[in-house]
Amino acid sequence: MAANTAGMPPAAAHAAHLRTFGAEPAVHRRRERAILLEAVAASGLRGRGGAGFPTHRKLVAVAEHRGRRVAVANGTEGEPLSHKDSVLLRHAPHLVIDGLLLAAGAVGADSAALVVSRAMRGLPALRELVDWRAARSRDVELTLHEAPERFVVGEESALVNWLNGGPAKPTITPPRPSERGVRGRPTLVQNAETLAHMALIARFGADWFRQLGTRREPGTLLLTVTGPVRTPGVCEVPLGTTVERVLEMAGGLTAPMGGMLVGGYFGTWVAPLDVADLRVTHDDFGRVGASLGAGTLGVLPAAACPIAETARVMRYLARESAGQCGPCVFGLPALADALGSLARRDHPAQAEAQLRRLAGLVDGRGACALPNGAARLVRSLLTAFPQELERHRGGACCATRRDPAFPVPAPTSDWR
Amino acid sequence: MTLRERSHTHLAVNPIACDGHGSCAELLPEHIHLDPWGYPVLDPGPVPRHHLRDAKRAVALCPRLALRLERRHAPAPERVA
Repeated sequence: MAANTAGMPPAAAHAAHLRTFGAEPAVHRRRERAILLEAVAASGLRGRGGAGFPTHRKLVAVAEHRGRRVAVANGTEGEPLSHKDSVLLRHAPHLVIDGLLLAAGAVGADSAALVVSRAMRGLPALRELVDWRAARSRDVELTLHEAPERFVVGEESALVNWLNGGPAKPTITPPRPSERGVRGRPTLVQNAETLAHMALIARFGADWFRQLGTRREPGTLLLTVTGPVRTPGVCEVPLGTTVERVLEMAGGLTAPMGGMLVGGYFGTWVAPLDVADLRVTHDDFGRVGASLGAGTLGVLPAAACPIAETARVMRYLARESAGQCGPCVFGLPALADALGSLARRDHPAQAEAQLRRLAGLVDGRGACALPNGAARLVRSLLTAFPQELERHRGGACCATRRDPAFPVPAPTSDWR
Repeated sequence: MTLRERSHTHLAVNPIACDGHGSCAELLPEHIHLDPWGYPVLDPGPVPRHHLRDAKRAVALCPRLALRLERRHAPAPERVA
């Protein structure tokens, strides 16, 4: 995805966008919709928001329900380690909007909402741009919404809840958003990056999309690399690329790697030896017990303590609990406490036993995946770093740096 | 031999509605126990027939109506004459 239009006024940006990509196909008539749906199906495009759900199936699920439908582009990017959606929205916003309007056309929606975080950089320019596109959008009403900066805001039901005037907290009342979502209507929620890919598939076709990537996992995806690399940030890679190659693209390591956190703050720790063979695919990540998630690769410097880092991350996750489910509300702070004890070598054996017990207690017992992710994070810590655990049990720690390796956003109490 | 679907009744809880009152664990201790914070941990398996009446009472008496029984289908190979 090229054509960096950051900093250009909307009209000039759109002209540049059209020069690079060509005009997007119309999706007004039934036949055009069918062609688009076919292309998305043939492309094998999967969601880039974390769950990796087949996009075609999501589109069909919404189109199947009667009534005036709604299409939502999720650009909230609640995961602190991920910057891909905001980078995409700063550099290729027209592509995301194309995708959103195409998706709206594909499911027969007359309303399209682009939701971003109100903490996003470049928001004034985006507002101007969306206004400009909205004025030129005949069949679909296009609006921009600025959601609170919360970890769980991007969870589908939380996003819909917020759009409906509620807090950005997950709900579990059936039915699902695809049946009844925003304003009670069948709602499609797609990650911003997924929509950008869709806009390209609509123009260039499924075969074009499948030229890169693997047969099972076609196309490219945006990754965010953080940590001790020469050029941290967002890059676009074909699925199937090795993590080693991705690190090369990020300029290479500037310090020895102690491990890697993949799939964000509620993702999975991977030991350095396992990182070496890893390819960026859902399958490969699944094999090491991880999920691609929002495509974040957090390199941990060898000088940092993975246990201390995890304690801080868990403290953050606990703070970000929507506070609706007992096991999460109580379990995540308890996990953070146990991790803190272990990090400080305060009764380490007990702390470790407590961690295993707590992980089992919180897993799957909330309304959303937050406690599951917390459990996964802890279990992967215990699996990936046996030597560090051993040392902590013995009262020592080999970390030589005190300052945090992974950044944690400032606390906020805003759910609206 | 034909595959016939068997349906079983399972306990499920709405974790948002649940407030940790604990009546369910008192009424159905064989299948529900409380975690350290007072929230129900449900037996994932099917509720046996002879406990169904107690299970239904637990569902009815939950102050938050958070507990429910749901039917789940598990295909089981069964010989049909």
